[in-house]
Amino acid sequence: MDVGQILANGIVLGALYACIAVGFSLVWGVLNVINMLHGSFIILGGYLTYFAWAYSGINPVVFLPVVALILYGLGFAVQYLFINKVVSAPVLTTLTLTFGLDMILYNVMTVVFTATPRRITLDLGSVDFFGVILPVDRVVGMALALILTGLLYAVMRTSKIGRAIVAVRMDRQAAELMGIRVNRIYAITFGIGALMAGAAGAVFAMVFPVTTNLTGAFLGKAFVICVIGGLGSVPGALVGGLALGIIESFSGYVLGPQHAITVGFVLMLILLVVRPTGLVGVKGYE
Amino acid sequence: MTVRRAFVFVLFAVWVALLATTPFSGDNYTVRIAIQIAMYSALALSWNMIGGFTGYPSFATAAFFGLGCYIGALSQIAGAPTVVAWIVATAGVALFAAALGLIILRLKGHYFAIGSIAIVEVLRLVISSWSGLTGGGDGLNVPFLRGGPEFVSQLVLGVMLLIMVIAFAVTVWVDRGRLGFGLKCINQNEDAADMVGIDVTRYKIAAFVLSAFLCGTVGAVYASWVGYIDPTDSFSIVFTVKVAVMTILGGAGTVLGPVVGAAVFVVLEEYFWANFLAWNRAILGAIIVFLIFFLPGGILRLDYRHLWSQAKARHGRIGMAGGE
Repeated sequence: MDVGQILANGIVLGALYACIAVGFSLVWGVLNVINMLHGSFIILGGYLTYFAWAYSGINPVVFLPVVALILYGLGFAVQYLFINKVVSAPVLTTLTLTFGLDMILYNVMTVVFTATPRRITLDLGSVDFFGVILPVDRVVGMALALILTGLLYAVMRTSKIGRAIVAVRMDRQAAELMGIRVNRIYAITFGIGALMAGAAGAVFAMVFPVTTNLTGAFLGKAFVICVIGGLGSVPGALVGGLALGIIESFSGYVLGPQHAITVGFVLMLILLVVRPTGLVGVKGYE
Repeated sequence: MTVRRAFVFVLFAVWVALLATTPFSGDNYTVRIAIQIAMYSALALSWNMIGGFTGYPSFATAAFFGLGCYIGALSQIAGAPTVVAWIVATAGVALFAAALGLIILRLKGHYFAIGSIAIVEVLRLVISSWSGLTGGGDGLNVPFLRGGPEFVSQLVLGVMLLIMVIAFAVTVWVDRGRLGFGLKCINQNEDAADMVGIDVTRYKIAAFVLSAFLCGTVGAVYASWVGYIDPTDSFSIVFTVKVAVMTILGGAGTVLGPVVGAAVFVVLEEYFWANFLAWNRAILGAIIVFLIFFLPGGILRLDYRHLWSQAKARHGRIGMAGGE
């Protein structure tokens, strides 16, 4: 395999990873909460899209906004009802709480959907681009992931809600004094985190099989990407996601695919100690 | 105070004695639960050193436990006698924790939590892919303990109880001594603790090693008991969170809390496994959520006098509240 092909595979994977991690990163950066539910949100988004497609036969891209909105509602409710009550508690409390909620959601999904891997098959063929061969569904997935990430970036930069979220991230007290209702912003942020997870899951189901057993793997990816890229910003997640995709692609080729994930985690541990702000992170957000 | 302390010791001694007599009073199932209670008590008491006293959200318990499983199993396969294998596992895990602590204890809060979770994942992945030595995903068969099944479960119960008693003794020693005082200072304010002359790095590493070495022993004994280990079961995040939840359930940072929490949790879990198999994970999750909201300080930190007076007041009598 030549370098171009490996790089292309890495970029496709990396764009999906960025989409997976951006919501997790936002929640961590703004709420200071490690959301252990994130992996299950992704899988839930994937399953909902799969079943909508399997029963209706309509192109799954149509369902993506619907699934994203459902996940937004779920995320908003979870934050509003549960996490807001303990949001300023130590890490141990918030992490354990989201882990407990994740156990419930995971169990419900296993019972309702069963753990059978499901994948939307679109059969779009593949394109040959200067000797680099890419299946079209993956290219579509990558494009969708990049569009979603770009949309979130635009919302954060230009909308009133987006500016309020950034303000809360920078200084909670000051934002409160400026008249921002912090608890509402927390719930909206968590909702957006879930929305991005659901959308990422919908895109993922078009490219790879999804199953409940993958929740932990997705969560692990989100950890690694956040630490590589830096917390709480969209560009950070994009850089981290692309970096992880390319690193996994190359280390999978050189060392064998079973070591690709290990390399990601080891890199993360090294970065944690050497540069905890991430590659494009800003000091003071940790 | 001394009366209260004596009460704690007596309570613990009675509890250990009760667990130790299960082979004579109960069936094999009861003995198995007693073994699990002793095992999780030892793990929860260990976690309490770093998570309770020091306040560091460590999720590395499964890493130490799993490493103990594999070091114990591999030394036995290499020909070491069982007891030697257990000791090797203990020492190996202690060394690993010291080296790991040097690196990872520089992190704080969320980063420490994520780092400790990553350690579990990395170890699982390395052991799964190093199939030449560890059998990879197929797992390893561990040489069985000699003697009949009855004798083996009695032996394992005895050993686990011994580890539990050692963990308790270490906890009492830490709680009363200079080390515990320093750790509690670090828990409240690490910078201030550093300022008043506590060697923060050394204290934290000591707490980390103390929270690890008995997990190694428990892992090795567990491997000998069940006779088969694999990477997914040995290094699982659910396992790690379970131990932390037990400690919080009883009361993190207390001496008896982890023991109470482990016993309550194991019994509850057994009950839900037996009766609601398909929903047991969700029920455990619901217990965790309930715990965070309604019992944040744990069972031992409940103000029973207050609850009692409330209950009385509700029954229409004149309450004795506010007397203090």
